[in-house]
Amino acid sequence: MTMLSEAGLTVERHWRELAGRRRLHTIGGLILLFVALSGSLWFANEINAGKFFDRLPHFFDFTDQLMPRDPYEIGRALFDLPSPYADGSLKFDYPEGRVHLFGAFYMPEYVYKMLETINIALVSTIIGFAFGFVLCFLAASNLVTQRWLRFFVRRFLEILRAFPEIVIAGFFLAILSMGPIPAIIAVSLHTIGALGKLFFEVVENADMKADEGLRAVGGNWPERVWFGIVPQVMPNFLSYALLRLEINVRASTIIGAVGGGGIGEALRLSISRNHEAKTLAIILLLFCTIVAVDQLSAWLRKKLVGEQAFAFGRGD
Amino acid sequence: MTTLSLTDIQAISERHPDVFASSWRKRLTGWAVGAGFVAYLAFAWWFFAVGAVMAGGNWGIAGTYLADWVSYEIRPQVAFKDGHLEVSYPRFSSYRPDRHPDWLDITQPAGATIAGNKAPADRVVAYIGGTTQIDIAAQRVVVSHGGQTLDVTIVPRQSISVAGALPIWATQKAPGEKILADFGFAGGLQIDEEDVKIRHRFFGWENFFFDANSPFWGMSTSEVVSLMTSDQRLDPKMSNAALAWDNIVNNSEWQHGDVWLKLMQTIVMAFVGTLFASVLAFPLAFLAARNITQNRLVNQVTKRFFDFLRSVDMLIWALFFTRAFGPGPIAGISAIFFTDTGTFGKLYSEALENIDDKQREGMRSVGASPASVQRYGVVPQVLPVLISQSLYFWESNTRSATIIGAVGAGGIGLKLWEAMRTNSDWENVAYMVLLILIVVFVFDNISTALRQRLIGGKASH
Repeated sequence: MTMLSEAGLTVERHWRELAGRRRLHTIGGLILLFVALSGSLWFANEINAGKFFDRLPHFFDFTDQLMPRDPYEIGRALFDLPSPYADGSLKFDYPEGRVHLFGAFYMPEYVYKMLETINIALVSTIIGFAFGFVLCFLAASNLVTQRWLRFFVRRFLEILRAFPEIVIAGFFLAILSMGPIPAIIAVSLHTIGALGKLFFEVVENADMKADEGLRAVGGNWPERVWFGIVPQVMPNFLSYALLRLEINVRASTIIGAVGGGGIGEALRLSISRNHEAKTLAIILLLFCTIVAVDQLSAWLRKKLVGEQAFAFGRGD
Repeated sequence: MTTLSLTDIQAISERHPDVFASSWRKRLTGWAVGAGFVAYLAFAWWFFAVGAVMAGGNWGIAGTYLADWVSYEIRPQVAFKDGHLEVSYPRFSSYRPDRHPDWLDITQPAGATIAGNKAPADRVVAYIGGTTQIDIAAQRVVVSHGGQTLDVTIVPRQSISVAGALPIWATQKAPGEKILADFGFAGGLQIDEEDVKIRHRFFGWENFFFDANSPFWGMSTSEVVSLMTSDQRLDPKMSNAALAWDNIVNNSEWQHGDVWLKLMQTIVMAFVGTLFASVLAFPLAFLAARNITQNRLVNQVTKRFFDFLRSVDMLIWALFFTRAFGPGPIAGISAIFFTDTGTFGKLYSEALENIDDKQREGMRSVGASPASVQRYGVVPQVLPVLISQSLYFWESNTRSATIIGAVGAGGIGLKLWEAMRTNSDWENVAYMVLLILIVVFVFDNISTALRQRLIGGKASH
């Protein structure tokens, strides 16, 4: 090995220092993470009703309570067909839930509730889209020169986005009676904030040449936005709205479980009452719906914006 | 500057009709889509019976609930007895017959003793705001507000009668019935032949630090500080500073200690759930990535497994694990862990499939072992992206953890839900929401700062 010159030694020393510091940072970070993790786990275990390691052997016990008498029970629960085990209890009262549309033609209870949840998500997404659409142009720095207006709209969107949905739902549940409308209000408000933020980022990345052209011929502000910006950003807007729809289906199920009606409530009730066939029927329905909505939305988004990937699945 | 005349414009548009007049089909599509949305919203209006539900809503109470977020009421009650008055307070009030608020001026009869929870009085004068005054004597109530006076004569437990016309801020359904007066935000009162109920609303959170049972209650900050540093112990078992801290943490109205503990649970749920999901999803993503594991079957099985975890909603996992582990953060951790293993697996494997192949080729060309190829050829490229994605979800999971908490997975969500159910603790709801917003804001900033350091420039999301 040849001896290094003065300059070579300096370079080597610098590299060593740099590498050493880097390693120190990595090790330090890992130790910090490890300490935080062990502390958190200890804390979680202490505070939990059932201790983790005591409960672990019984982890799959609850699956026993999920085994229906026979597999066909799931189908009967799903389509509200009478059960051979019917004993007058709530557990086997499948036909009770039928929603009669006309005559003998009925919609099974859970399908109806699932539709309710989907409608909550759809209405909230449309409302969120409409308001987010109007607000986003006021928050974009390339369209609005008034700092205060931009600041105000952005903070407003941030508050809507960060405010826990469950509190809005709870507040309206206290004023209105139980039902889907508090869920719609809660999910809509959150959607306005989430979509508004994504939208104004899209608007800020828009090509301003069209806008320049419109300004040159004397277009006013609404004309510039409508003819210069909207045609460019619309595919992205729609694609974000579809992504939001996927999220909202899940969100309205969860809000439903805490009192907003729909399939979420049915699921919570049937799990807590040990109605195994009903629970499995709902989970099956929910699973298929979520997969279907995700697939449909992915397909539409691909048609709208091509293969452009949305880096994050949730985007909220 | 060239100016086009009207004929020029027409000539140009005649020559290029396709540019200036969009086809009717295109125009119609816009209208049809708009009409479709309106029709759908009309359907939804009918489907959810929005009109009926809105009309049936208890909107009068909404203002009070909202006001409760940031203010509180003190409600003394003055009952008419034979020849004298009795002042009392609701059960959980901070005030007692031996401790009256300073805006209540009570003239006690000579030699009277406080019996039970009622204080006897000859005359009670309440000052609400600067100009409003309520003067209550044994058989007469005089209320002056906004330049108008309400003069009510009372025969205890028999009748009430108003002298002259009612002021605009007072209402009475029929002569002889109870009289309601409303002073806006500041409060109001209700007079009937039994008693006068006064409401006085104050801005702020009542007893935020010390509840009414604490020896520090009602003291100014400087008084509290001087008492805390004083040597004369209020409680022989502990110093005054320790006692003050104990009183704050165990404040019976605000339950600071419990709220902080629950908030900590939620934070822990999000942190551990996200971390575990990242750690498990990392190796699995290598199995799912087409370009790394050259086995279609393994790829497909892993990817469908991710889809399954993701599509069974976080709610379902949360309900399941609440059954398995009992309510508490472990159920929440597991729910986040299962859902996000699916999400991270999908995102990570997509990131792995988009890597630059040249670095792996380089590693392979110098004869590195397969493990080294992954370690030095793949990991350095994707690690910043993967960590950045996990950090993003860490922040978002803090919010999710709040919600699944409410279905039984524990943490602040459950406490928040319980506080809302009582319909009387909206100030506690406001406090918890504020704490959640602060936590989300802090985590958002930490996560953004870390992500910017990792992937440089503007962190995408």
